[in-house]
Amino acid sequence: MPIQQETSGGRFWGGLSLRRKQVVWAWAFLAVPILFYALIRFYPTIEAFYLSTTNWNLFSKPGFVGLANFQRLWADVVFWQVFRNTVLYLAIGTPVSLILAFTIAYHLDRVRFLHGFIRALYFLPFLTTAAAMAWVWRWFYQPVPIGMINDLLSSFGLPQQPFLRSTSQALPSVLAPAIWAGLGFQVVIFLAGLRAIPNTYYEAARIDGVSNLTILRRITIPLLKPTIIFLVVFSSIGFLRIFDQVYNMTSGDPGGPLNATKPLVLMIYQTAFSSFEMGYAAAQTVVLFLVLLAVSFLQLRLLRDR
Amino acid sequence: MPALSLTMPNRFQPGRVAIWLLLLAGGLVMITPLLFMFSTSLKDASEVYDLRLVPAHPTLDNYVTVLSDGRFLRWFGNSLGIATAVTLSNVFFDSLVGYTLAKFQFRGRYIVFLAILSTLMIPTEMLVIPWYVMARNFGWLDTYWGIMFPGMMTAFGTFLMKQFFETVPDDFLEAARIDGLNEFSIFWRIAMPLVTPALSALAIFTFLSNWTAFIWPLIVTTSKELYTLPVGLSSFAVESQIQWELIMTGAALATLPTLTVFLVLQRYIVRGVVMAGLKG
Repeated sequence: MPIQQETSGGRFWGGLSLRRKQVVWAWAFLAVPILFYALIRFYPTIEAFYLSTTNWNLFSKPGFVGLANFQRLWADVVFWQVFRNTVLYLAIGTPVSLILAFTIAYHLDRVRFLHGFIRALYFLPFLTTAAAMAWVWRWFYQPVPIGMINDLLSSFGLPQQPFLRSTSQALPSVLAPAIWAGLGFQVVIFLAGLRAIPNTYYEAARIDGVSNLTILRRITIPLLKPTIIFLVVFSSIGFLRIFDQVYNMTSGDPGGPLNATKPLVLMIYQTAFSSFEMGYAAAQTVVLFLVLLAVSFLQLRLLRDR
Repeated sequence: MPALSLTMPNRFQPGRVAIWLLLLAGGLVMITPLLFMFSTSLKDASEVYDLRLVPAHPTLDNYVTVLSDGRFLRWFGNSLGIATAVTLSNVFFDSLVGYTLAKFQFRGRYIVFLAILSTLMIPTEMLVIPWYVMARNFGWLDTYWGIMFPGMMTAFGTFLMKQFFETVPDDFLEAARIDGLNEFSIFWRIAMPLVTPALSALAIFTFLSNWTAFIWPLIVTTSKELYTLPVGLSSFAVESQIQWELIMTGAALATLPTLTVFLVLQRYIVRGVVMAGLKG
């Protein structure tokens, strides 16, 4: 009965060997996706590189300017401020969030009573919308009588803090909700990594009378290496691409006082879609790409070797 | 896993209790922003500055105001429709490609796989300018399709599904082949049901990231009717800067669906996130 289906495709199809039919099916399945990846991923990647060498403003014809955009970036004071901010987001955000998440997961792993409930408390912020939560945090940072944090400070007789209005406090204030929102994800991944370590390792160590700290240093952390590598790379990429929080917490004064919070992606957004300097913006995206590539490679190298 | 405390139930350990209390306190701090967001959304304008967690006179007026505006319902619907459509597309295409790369032998397979995987290295921000140009040329600016087209397939999802399809035994597929099923039916009716846990992991991840997506919808839309919820909320907050109770209501509306779904399907969502995270 089913043989009829096979032959219904005509003489050409019927004459093909099973293996050849498989090849035809495979390319048929891949046709639309290949078209998609070529058109929506590869072609735009090449175009971004091309645009970075032009002075295109979206309205005229793009003109080739060589590396002029990159020279302009090199000489741009704002760019270096932005670059510094981006590095700060990465350099503070990644270690702080990972150490916090590991500490929480390490202890939560041993807790039985209400384990699921406590884990849910940490995980819930991961399910929120960054753009919405930025406004909640912005509200917390307001001066008295609106802002909760300043209200709390003043009830203890402590001085008011400017938070988002200060050039030194604005960046950490923007970073806090970003760390907060991603923490639950990292905790859950760490917990899964801890669960995957076979119990026998710990039992053997206990029998040998090894201290808790040594077990942590010699067994837990080395065996968690794949998890740690994944989270370091994953969260670094996240912090390097920070945007939603900054855009929403500093709207009205995008990038904060004196660009104190402006990350690279916000600069790209403004250059492209407020100033319409597409070529210059494309050059900035190329820099972002190179930084991301360099940071990922460096981390993979360092973490693999150790 | 160090479960020693379990085996010694009779020994009271003050250290353990202290750590438990610290963990609980930390968890409560984590949800403080959410609690205050919901609490403020239930207060009327005169009470916003009263920072008690439980409103003295809880009211749903803010929700009535925000929802009767009409725009929020529209944005909510846009986000829901877009995130659902993109998720369905990813579940179908990422699986189809992952399955083909895992289960078919043909020349060029490895190159296709590497090419798709290599797109993971390209940050979206690098592509938004070319995408914008493309959308402008094709008349996709300010359309639903314009918001959706870049995310219809992802390398991450393809990789995830390929990993899972590799665990499906060839015997099942071979048996179906002998029964005369065509290759698409084998994929759709035999292989897909075998990887349901992976499919739900992919669906959860895709839906969540599209529900919260901000930068691309912000770029590609200009008319307010087409905003997604995060973009709409952002514009709404700017225009009504002082009305914190309304902003908090809007934020609560953006957060409620994901939180509700989580509370119902907690176990599956955590497992799904772990799967997607560890495999990806």
